[in-house]
Amino acid sequence: MPTTRFVERASGPAERLAGFMAHLRLNGINAGPQETGLALAALNAVDAVNPQEVRFALKSLLATGSDNWSRFDALFDAYWYNAGRERAGTAPAAHKQASRRPAIWTSETGDGQEQAAKANLPASAADDGDDDATASGEGTGRLIATRTKALLRRDLRELTDPAELAEAARIAERLARAIRDRRSRRRRAARRGNTLDFRRIARRSLARGGEPIDLLRRRRPERPMRIVAILDVSGSMEIYAKVFIAFLKGLIGADLKADSYLFHTRLARVTEALRDPDSLRAAARLSLMVQGFGGGTRIAGSLVRFNDAHAKGSVSGRTVVVILSDGYDTDPPEALAHELSRLARRARRIVWLNPLKGWRDYAPVARGMAAALPYIDAHLPANTLASLAALEAEFESL
Amino acid sequence: MTYQSLQKDLSGTGYVASDQLAMALHLSLSLGRPLLLEGEAGVGKTEIARAMAEVLGARLIRLQCYEGLDAAQAIYEWNYQRQLLAIRAHEGEDANLVEERLFSEKYLLRRPLLEAISQPESPVLLIDEVDRADEEFEAYLLEILSDFQITVPELGTISATSRPHVILTSNGTRELSDALRRRCLYSYVEFPDRATELAIIGHRCPGLEDRLAAQIVGVVQALRREELEKKPGVAEMLDWAVALMGLGVNDLADDPVAVQATLICLLKTRADQAAVPREVAARIIGAAA
Repeated sequence: MPTTRFVERASGPAERLAGFMAHLRLNGINAGPQETGLALAALNAVDAVNPQEVRFALKSLLATGSDNWSRFDALFDAYWYNAGRERAGTAPAAHKQASRRPAIWTSETGDGQEQAAKANLPASAADDGDDDATASGEGTGRLIATRTKALLRRDLRELTDPAELAEAARIAERLARAIRDRRSRRRRAARRGNTLDFRRIARRSLARGGEPIDLLRRRRPERPMRIVAILDVSGSMEIYAKVFIAFLKGLIGADLKADSYLFHTRLARVTEALRDPDSLRAAARLSLMVQGFGGGTRIAGSLVRFNDAHAKGSVSGRTVVVILSDGYDTDPPEALAHELSRLARRARRIVWLNPLKGWRDYAPVARGMAAALPYIDAHLPANTLASLAALEAEFESL
Repeated sequence: MTYQSLQKDLSGTGYVASDQLAMALHLSLSLGRPLLLEGEAGVGKTEIARAMAEVLGARLIRLQCYEGLDAAQAIYEWNYQRQLLAIRAHEGEDANLVEERLFSEKYLLRRPLLEAISQPESPVLLIDEVDRADEEFEAYLLEILSDFQITVPELGTISATSRPHVILTSNGTRELSDALRRRCLYSYVEFPDRATELAIIGHRCPGLEDRLAAQIVGVVQALRREELEKKPGVAEMLDWAVALMGLGVNDLADDPVAVQATLICLLKTRADQAAVPREVAARIIGAAA
């Protein structure tokens, strides 16, 4: 926890408080000059020499949000009781550890070139920002140029060349953006609504001596669905993961409500990392989060974590949960079924994108997948870029 | 007024507030800022507004938020049916006069927010479950909470005759915007601890024996530690206490069958009822008794 030094001599309570505000800002609490003024006003309203009262007062004024609420006491002690000064040394240590992690990760995968490809991926995806601007305005038909047609049909497993992969990632991102924009273009005035628009009827009838002849109607505009994507990056999904991450990036790109998570044996929220405009930093943040990328899979365990910690805030009756996974799970299938049933009650729809489903003669024999089927609304193939493009129609029907 | 005196007044109305909560309410009164309360369902967030209204001797105006709530239901709406009738009734009169009359306050339906700012005395305005309303509505709310005035195009701007004491509650089904949070004081309401809950039950069910009250509180607190989908709140606890009193149960250990049957007051989903079978209930009651 970064702390500011408690000034030995201060000109008065205002300076002390300004120091405290600086301390809070340093620790990520949003406290501007307006808050400082309010805090001084608040101290006038309480017994300002009673530490407990001051703590309560400043807490309800400045700790807005449950996460800040729970750490405010520690921050308060750190500043006013100088409790944080010794701990100031921990911050640089944590930083050093952080910068070492990607190296460990490289040695784990033992594949330098692949590492480079992964690091490149968000970079190349971000490069074509100009293309996106023009492409996103059009339907999928024109979005996909002819030179990419062949690439669209090929199974993602067959893409090995880094250049091809980068190209696939770029297409995936554009597809995802197209889906997103298609959704949000759907606000339109309706001719047939379910309620009478009395405001307009009254206006119109004034011209006819108050006779309501034209019955005008109105309908609530359709609002875009929110997308929450959960991507499996375990060993069995590794060949698909790179393209899918680009797909996620496109999907949540500028849609501030969308949310995305990665899991293998643990679950990590990657929305902020994927949204990072600095592609190198995004790659570094992502690689920190997916340590153990390419290991075993715990779908059920990750969903437990998702349901407990994230679902409450990010999944509502207007949310589509997209799970990208092949369904191979080391947790018992009953656990997966249970967690999916919990999620299904909260979400509007659950869409499971399965790269294996695109194979001929695929049957959901993986026990996890079989257990999951009753709770998901759509089980769709996702082994080629064309199948990702087909999702657009699916999202439109929601 | 200090926060302790407010706390005492609140307990006079039957609401036992923690120090932190009493301080938040006190500050919200003295700084004139809205108070945002978050916490799990059943911790008594809505009840705070009722208690505050009673302490202040003010009117309680409540706006229940829901998905799709719009200005017509939250702020104002013209009374169109009456307007249409009035147009017919005044047929033949000067059109300008008729129109002026139609868009006067007489034909304005005041919804909670407009109602709250046009009271002669400051009311308590409870905006319940604000997280259920859409984000668009939240933005509208911001404007009202900072300026306390509402613009009706046909009438002009209506400024507050008195500033309402605003209390917002949220269950966290959606993350609220930072802008809204910045304009509010904040308090996270936890489930009451054992001593507080005993005080609550003492206030609300004065006829209850101390020993049974302690048992009830013990069981409810233990149930909250179990892995349940919906943890029993304070209201559920009070329901259960009343149910047990009505059945004439004096000791939870006496009549396990009746007690097990009354657990429906606390466990409100099928999964939760299955999670507390007779043996588990017996163990919890045994520990509390």
